Amino acid sequence: MKTEVVKKYLRLEKMPTVWCPGCGNGIILGSLLRAFELRGRSKDDIVLISGIGCSGRTPGYVDVHTLHTTHGRAIAFATGVKMMMPKMSVIVVMGDGDCTAIGGNHFIHAARRNLDITAIVYNNGIYGMTGGQVSPTTPYEAYATTAPYGQMEAPFDIVELALGAGASYVARSSVNDVPKLDEIIMKGIRNDGFSVIDVITPCPIVFGRYNNLTADPMKNLEWIRETTIPKSKAAKMSEEELRGKWITGIFRDREKPGLINLYLDLEERLSKPGSGEDKGEEA
Amino acid sequence: MRKVMIGNHALSYGAKISRAQVIPAYPITPQTEVVELLSEMCANGEMDAKFIKVESEHSAMTASIGASATGARVFTATSAQGLALMHEVLHWAVGARTPIVMGNINRAMAPPWTIWTEQTDSLAQRDTGWMQLYAQNSQEVLDSVIQAYKVAEAVQIPAMVILAAFVLSHTSEAVELPEQGKVDEFLPPYEPEYRIDPANPHAFGGLTGPDGYFELRYQIQKAIEDSLPKWDEVGREFGELFGRKYGLIETYKVEDAKNLIISSATLASTARTAVDALREKGEKVGLLRIRVFRPFPSAQIRSILSSVDRAVVVDRNISFGASGIFYQEVKAAVYNEKNPPPIFGVIAGIGGRDVTKKDIIDIYEDIMRMDEPKSDIIWKGVRL
Ligand SMILES: Cc1ncc(C[n+]2csc(CCOP(=O)(O)OP(=O)(O)O)c2C)c(N)n1
Repeated sequence: MKTEVVKKYLRLEKMPTVWCPGCGNGIILGSLLRAFELRGRSKDDIVLISGIGCSGRTPGYVDVHTLHTTHGRAIAFATGVKMMMPKMSVIVVMGDGDCTAIGGNHFIHAARRNLDITAIVYNNGIYGMTGGQVSPTTPYEAYATTAPYGQMEAPFDIVELALGAGASYVARSSVNDVPKLDEIIMKGIRNDGFSVIDVITPCPIVFGRYNNLTADPMKNLEWIRETTIPKSKAAKMSEEELRGKWITGIFRDREKPGLINLYLDLEERLSKPGSGEDKGEEA
Repeated sequence: MRKVMIGNHALSYGAKISRAQVIPAYPITPQTEVVELLSEMCANGEMDAKFIKVESEHSAMTASIGASATGARVFTATSAQGLALMHEVLHWAVGARTPIVMGNINRAMAPPWTIWTEQTDSLAQRDTGWMQLYAQNSQEVLDSVIQAYKVAEAVQIPAMVILAAFVLSHTSEAVELPEQGKVDEFLPPYEPEYRIDPANPHAFGGLTGPDGYFELRYQIQKAIEDSLPKWDEVGREFGELFGRKYGLIETYKVEDAKNLIISSATLASTARTAVDALREKGEKVGLLRIRVFRPFPSAQIRSILSSVDRAVVVDRNISFGASGIFYQEVKAAVYNEKNPPPIFGVIAGIGGRDVTKKDIIDIYEDIMRMDEPKSDIIWKGVRL
C-alpha cells in the first residue's frame, strides 16, 4: 500500500535518483509523498520548488508542478507563485546551505511575514552537491573540505532561527524516525502560515567519511540516532549533555494568519463600500 | 620545480606564489578545488593568508573589496551563477579601484541547470571594467595570476583570469612552479597609495554628483587603456625571468597567412592543431588567439587583419539578439579601416558541446566556400 502511494507521485521514468548510496534524501522524499497523500487533495494543486544542491534534485522526481531554481532563492520564487496562485499548496525543499547561507535572508523574511508555504530543509550539515564544504549548520569542530582542521565557527540552529524570526509552525525530525517525519511534514503542509521542517539527514559520502570516518549507511544513521534527542527527553538533560545534539519534535504549531491571506483580506476589505479608500475620498 | 596539477590548482598555486593575503570564497562546481586547496594551505600555514568562508558569492566579492581596501592582496574564484551574483559588486570593485585578482571558471548559465563550459558568464561582465584574460593551458593560468597582480596593482583595476570548465579546470598537466624568490622580485608587496589607515584617515565611496562622477569614470577608462602596453610589458618581463613570454594576443603561422582563424582559450588550442592540418593541405591559414579581452587589443588585431583576405571568429558564447561576442569586438576594431577583410562569425560549443579539430577544419572550409558573410552568426553543431 505505501509503495503504491509513493509511486502515484513519482516520475518513475526518472528513477534511479542521483543520490549516493546511504543518502537520506530518498527517505525524506518518501515522507513528503506520503504527506501529499495524507493531505487528501488532488496532486494537481501542489507546487514543489527547490533551490540547488543534492536536495534540489527532488522536484525532478515528483509528478506535481515543479520548479528547480537558483541557489538559495527557492523561497523568493515561491513567494511569486503563491501570491498569484494562493489556492495552491506551495512546498519548498532546500539544503541547509541553500536555506541558511546564500538564501538566509529570504528564509528569515519568509518567517517574519509568515509566508503561507512549507519549507523543508534537508539538513546534512554540509554542502553535499559541491563536494563537502562547510555550511552554516556544520557542527562546531566538524571537518569539511573548507575546514580541514575542523569548523571553528558556531552553527545555526534552524529551529531557533525560525522560531525567533516568527514562523507559525516549526518542527524537527530525523530520517531515522519515518512515521514521525510523515506526521510533521503533513502537519506543516496543513498549517496556513510559514511552516519550517528541519530534517536531520545523513550524507555518508562526504560528511560521513570526513566525520564518522565511514561512508557506511548504517553507521551514519546510528550517528544521527545518537545526536538527535526528542524534546521530552531533552527537557530532563543538562546543557552540557545537550551540547552538539539536535532536539527533535514540534516546537511551535500556532494558528496565525499567513501573509497571503492577510493580503487577500486587506484587498477584500478595501474593495467594500465604506472601506478606508472611500473614507479618504470623502475627507 | 615541475608539478602535475589540474587547471584549478594552477589558480590556487598562482595565488599562493603571488602571496595573496586574503581569500574570501564560496564553493561552486567547477571551481571548488581552487578554494579547497587554498583553504588547506591557509589553515596549515603553507600560506600566510586568511581564508574567509562567506555565505554567498556576493559576500565573497564584497569581503574581497573590504580586504583590498585595507591594502591586502586579495584572491577569490568563482564560476557562472556565482559570478552573476557578484555583478553589483564587480562594478564596485572597479569604482573603488581595488586590484583584486579572481579566477573564473567558464560555465554556462542556467536555466536549464548545467555545469559545462561556455564563456557567456564572464563576457556578460565585460562592461564592469574588470580586466579579463582567457588562458589556454594550466601553465598559462598559473603564470597569468602572477602577471595579473602586477598589472592590476599598477593601474588599480581588478582582473579576472578565466579558464574553461573541465576542459582545463579538471585536466592534469605538468606545470612549472616558478621559484618563490624570483616571483617576489617580479611582484613586490602591494603598496596602495590609499588604504584604510588609522594614521592617515580617508572616506571611501561617498556620494558624488554630476560635478565629480564623470571624471572618476574617465580615470577608470584611462587606467584600463594604460594597462594595454602594461600587459605586453609585464608578459615580456615575465618571459625574461621565467622563460615563458606572454602578450595581449598570441599568433600562430600568421606571417604568410592569407586567412585567419580567431579564437580564445582552449578553443584556440584546438584551432592551432586545425591550422597545422590545414597547412598540410596547402592552406595559407594562421591563428590569432585573443588572450586579453579587456582591455581589448584593437591595435594589435587591426595590424594583423590588415594583411589577410578573410577571417573567421569562433565564439563559444553568445550575446542574445546580436552575435558571438569576440566576433562583435573584432569587427568593431577594424570597421574604420580602409579595406577591412570580410569577417565571419561562428558560434560553436555552446553549453560545453565538444568542438574538435575536425569541427574547426570544417568551419574553415565552409567559410572559404562562401562569397561573403551573409549574417552575423554561422551556427556550428546545433541540432535542429
Ligand atoms: C550562486 C551559486 N553559488 C554556488 C552554487 C554552487 N552550489 C550548488 S549546490 C551548493 C550547495 C549545496 O549544499 P546544500 O545547499 O547544503 O545542499 P545539499 O547539496 O547538501 O543538499 C552550491 C554551493 C550555485 N549553484 N549557485
